[in-house]
Amino acid sequence: MKKSVFLGALTLASMGAGVAAAATLDDVKARGKLNCGVTTGLVGFAAPDANGVWEGFDVAVCRAVAAAVLGDPMAVEFVPTTGKTRFTALASGEIDMLARNTTWTFSRDVDLKFDFVGVNYYDGQGFMVPKELGVSSAKELDGATVCIQTGTTTELNLADFFRANNISYEPVPIETNAEAQQQYLAGACDVYTTDASGLAATRATFEDPSAHVLLPEIISKEPLGPLVRHGDNEWGDIVRWTLNALISAEELGVTSANIGELSAGTNNPEVNRLLGTEGNLGEMLGLDAEWAKRAIMAGGNYGEVFEKNIGEATPIGLARGLNAQWTDGGLLYSPPFR
Amino acid sequence: MSDISFVRTEMLPEQDPPASTVGLIGWLRENLFSGWFNSILSLVSIYVIYVILSGLLSWAISPTWGAHSLNECREILAGLGREGHYAGACWGVISERWLQLMFGFYPPEHYWRVILAFVLVGVGLAPVLFDKAPRALLWFTPIFPFAVAWLLWGGTIWGPLVAMAGFVVGYFAYRFVSGIAGGLLGIIAAFAAPVIWWLFLAGPVAGALGAILPIGIEAVESRQFGGFMLSVTIGITAILISLPLGIVLALGRQSNLFIVKALCVGFIEFIRGVPLITLLFVASTLLNIFMPPGTNFDIILRVIIMVTLFAAAYMAEVIRGGLAALPKGQYEGADSLGLNYWQAQRLIIMPQALKISIPGIVSTFIGVFKDTTLVSIIGLLDPLGLSNAIRADTNWNGIVWEIYGFIALVFFIFCFSMSRYSMYLERKLQTGHH
Repeated sequence: MKKSVFLGALTLASMGAGVAAAATLDDVKARGKLNCGVTTGLVGFAAPDANGVWEGFDVAVCRAVAAAVLGDPMAVEFVPTTGKTRFTALASGEIDMLARNTTWTFSRDVDLKFDFVGVNYYDGQGFMVPKELGVSSAKELDGATVCIQTGTTTELNLADFFRANNISYEPVPIETNAEAQQQYLAGACDVYTTDASGLAATRATFEDPSAHVLLPEIISKEPLGPLVRHGDNEWGDIVRWTLNALISAEELGVTSANIGELSAGTNNPEVNRLLGTEGNLGEMLGLDAEWAKRAIMAGGNYGEVFEKNIGEATPIGLARGLNAQWTDGGLLYSPPFR
Repeated sequence: MSDISFVRTEMLPEQDPPASTVGLIGWLRENLFSGWFNSILSLVSIYVIYVILSGLLSWAISPTWGAHSLNECREILAGLGREGHYAGACWGVISERWLQLMFGFYPPEHYWRVILAFVLVGVGLAPVLFDKAPRALLWFTPIFPFAVAWLLWGGTIWGPLVAMAGFVVGYFAYRFVSGIAGGLLGIIAAFAAPVIWWLFLAGPVAGALGAILPIGIEAVESRQFGGFMLSVTIGITAILISLPLGIVLALGRQSNLFIVKALCVGFIEFIRGVPLITLLFVASTLLNIFMPPGTNFDIILRVIIMVTLFAAAYMAEVIRGGLAALPKGQYEGADSLGLNYWQAQRLIIMPQALKISIPGIVSTFIGVFKDTTLVSIIGLLDPLGLSNAIRADTNWNGIVWEIYGFIALVFFIFCFSMSRYSMYLERKLQTGHH
C-alpha cells in the first residue's frame, strides 16, 4: 500500500515533469533566459572570469542556443552542476539543457531518459608521465602507481585496460583535478590518467611542461556532448541543429568575420539555407529565419570556438585531432541543412 | 640607656628585584628556560617555528600582486632569481578575484546592498549581544531579518512587509482565540494562522499591494549569490533561527506531553542521524522532483532551511545538556514560588541553562558556519566552490595554496571572533558561584 502510494506520487511527479518539458521552448521564451547547466569549473570548457562572465567551449554551446532562440547570446543563466547533481538538475527541469562535458553512454541516453543531441568534443582517456620515467607506451606501466579520480568512468576504463594487457597497477584515489595536480607533482603517483583534454590542460599549468609527456595510448571513447530531456523533441531539435549549424558553418567556410557578407546571399544554396536567405528551415524549428546566423555570430563557427577556448593558440593547446571536420580526417560530420 | 640597639629600628629601603627575575629576561627564565629539560624543549620548539616560518614567509612574501596569470607570476619570480615549484606565492589571483570570492556573482553596482545588509545585521544584533549598546536599537532587532532579506534579494518591498505581517496575524489570532477558547487552542491558532497567511494569502496580497504602490529595488536572483556572502547568509540565518528552535526542541524533549515529546525526539534523532550532505542533496535534487512542476522554490532558501534544521537538532541537544546540568532544586524552587511553566523557564531555568551551555552553543555556531562550505558539493559557488571555478580559468589553473590560504584566513577571522565573543560573554555572566 505504502509502496503504491509512493509509486503513484512518483508517476504524478514524472507526468508533471513531462507536461512541463513539453514546452521548453515556450518556457525559455517566456522567461527570456536559457537555463544552461555547466560544470562548476573545468579549464577551457567552462569557467567564470573575474567579472563573473562564463566562458569556455561548453559555454559557447549554451550561448549559441540562447542566441538562436532568444536573439541574445548573453541571455543565459548558467547553473553550475557537479557530477552528482547534473542529471537530476536536468530531469527536474531546473535547467533546459546540459552542456557539461558529459560522456554519451548507452545507459545515460536510454535509462536516465535523456537525449544527447550530438557530440561537441571527442575525448578519450590518456596517460601523463614524467619524462624522466622513460616510458613511451602505457603498456610499459606494469606496477606503476596511478592517480585516478574516484567514481568516474575513467576508473573503470583503467581497470579494464590493465587487465586486458595483463599488467598490474596501484591506484592512488583522488577527488579533484586540483588534488591530482598536487599529488602528481609531489611524486605521490607515477602516472596521472584522465581525459586527454584534461591532461593537456593540466600539463600546461606546470612550471616545466616539457618534462612531462602524454602517452600515445587513448584507452576509451569519450564523446562529450550537450543533452536535453527525453520527451520534448522540438526542443531537442533546436539544440541539436544549433550545434550542427556551428559545425556546418565551419565546413562551409562561414565565419563570424564574413557572415555579414554571406548573409546578403551567395551562390551556395546550402549556405543560403543555413543563414536563412533561402528556404524556411527556421520556421520548421519554430524559430525565425536568422536563428543560425545569430548562433554563429554568438561566438563564431565550431572551429573559431575551438581555437578561442582550447585550441593551439591557447595555453591548453589541444590539436583538432578527432575533432577536425570529416573533410580533414576528423569525425565532425553534420547532417546537411536541407 | 645607650644608643646602641641590636635590633634594626627602621625598614631597609625597597630594592629592585634582581634583573634576572623581571622584564624580558625574567619572563624568559620563568617561561622558557626554567630548567635544563624545559630549556631543551624551548630551543627545539623555537627551531621548529623558525624552520616553518622561514619556509612559509619566503613563499608568502612575493611581489606578485599585479600579475594577471600564473605564468606572469613565474616570470616575476624568475626575474628575481627565484625558481622552483614553491619559489613564491602568486598573489595576483587574490588581487584579481577577491571581490568575486567575497560577493560571488552579485552585480557589482549592488555590492553596497550586501555591505549595508551585513551592517544592519550588526546593528540589529548589537543590543542582544552587548549590554552597552543603546537600548533604543531593540526595536530594530525584530525588523532587521526582513530588511536584510529585502536588501539581499531585492524586489518589491511588499514581500518582506507581508511576510512580517504574518507574525502580527499570529499575535492577533492568539489574542482572539485564547480569549474565547482557552490557552492551548490559542497557541495552536498562533501557529496555524501565520502559516495559512504565508502559504495562501501572502503572495496575492503582496502582488496586489505591489500593483497599487510599486516600491522596490532591483531583484537579484539567488543564483548570483556566491563566495563569502553566500556562506555568511546561510551561516547567520542558520545561527539566528537554530537557537530559538533548539530551545523549543530541548524543552519539548523534556515535556510531559507525549505527542510533543515524541515529535521532538523523533525530529532531533532523525536529523542528527543523517549527514548534512544527505540533507543538502535532498534539498537540491529530491525536492525538485517531488514538487509540482513550475514551482520555483529558491535553491538557497532550500539549503538555508536544511542547514537550519540540522543546526537546530544539535542546538537542542546542547541546550538539553545545560538543562540537565541544573540542580533539581532550581526547578523545585521555581515551583515553590508559584511560577507557572513559562515564567519558571524564562526567569529561572533558561538563564542558567543557557549560561552553562554557552561554550557548546558557540562551538555549534562555529561548526554550522564552517559546514556551509559543504554547499559546494551541490554546485553552489561558495568560497570553496569558487576556488575550483577560479582554477578553471586558464590564467590561474594550477594555483592552489594562495586561494585556500585566503579562504582559510577569512574563515579564521569569523570563527575566532565568535570564539572571543563567547569568552567575553562567559566572563560577563560569571556570577562567582562556581
